Amino acid sequence: MTFYQYIAEGLFLVFVLLIIAGSFITIRARILMHTVLGLAVALLGVAGIYFYLGSMFLTLMQILIYVGAVCIVLIFGIMVGSTPTEIAEKTIKDRKNIFLAVSAAAAAFFLLMISILKTEWIAAPAQVRDFSARHLGESFLYQYCLAFELISVILLIAIVGAIILARGGQENKGEPSS
Amino acid sequence: MIFISDNLYTYLILAVFLLIVGIYGLIQHKTFIGMLVSTELILNGAGINFMAFNRFLAPDPATGQVITLFIMGIAAAEAAIVVSFIIAVFRKYHSIDPDDLIELQG
Repeated sequence: MTFYQYIAEGLFLVFVLLIIAGSFITIRARILMHTVLGLAVALLGVAGIYFYLGSMFLTLMQILIYVGAVCIVLIFGIMVGSTPTEIAEKTIKDRKNIFLAVSAAAAAFFLLMISILKTEWIAAPAQVRDFSARHLGESFLYQYCLAFELISVILLIAIVGAIILARGGQENKGEPSS
Repeated sequence: MIFISDNLYTYLILAVFLLIVGIYGLIQHKTFIGMLVSTELILNGAGINFMAFNRFLAPDPATGQVITLFIMGIAAAEAAIVVSFIIAVFRKYHSIDPDDLIELQG
């Protein structure tokens, strides 16, 4: 094990710590805005994990789509869904169902850990080691063409639906929709 | 010497961690935004799982990446829809607390 491999392992642990810290901020933060910022930290850690799993392309997409777009949309939702004075001090007053939450999470944890440890994972006999974006794009356009087209239709429907939903509230007040 | 970053179990346990944190947050958060954030954590756990199987077990490394990209697309669409819901709900009720929406409660 060379010096650089130690550095790589240490960096991996840093990404794992980012995920753990971000997740704890997400579930324990008192201020709603901090919840979203904790999510951004956790998603950055996940991007690093994708890098260690061999996919540079997915690392970049994770940072672009999740850390970039989704977190901005969530912060936008917080700002629209609160009055200006609320944004800074919008705290989570009381937490409900702590016992239910802990027991559901513990049940899922034990079930999944048992199935992970009991299963004998068998690698495929012949593995192609081509993680390039070129290979990915080719399989998008040949093998997964239908799913690729369907997801674009879903995104279009989601955008149109979001516009209609967000505009519909204006008409309820009796104002002319412009 | 075994590398922890080159071991399937590391990634599976990490994915389980994200899933249980997501489930915990989904149940105990009191706001729409908090529940949506927890859902994103669960979806990321699923993504890590797919990428780990893709790296260690799958014959073709494009499969898991394609599925993970689909998960990202679905999550982005879902976030946009939920935020537009939040805008519509805020216009009508002036609150984004799910406990304030009691019109259909018997």
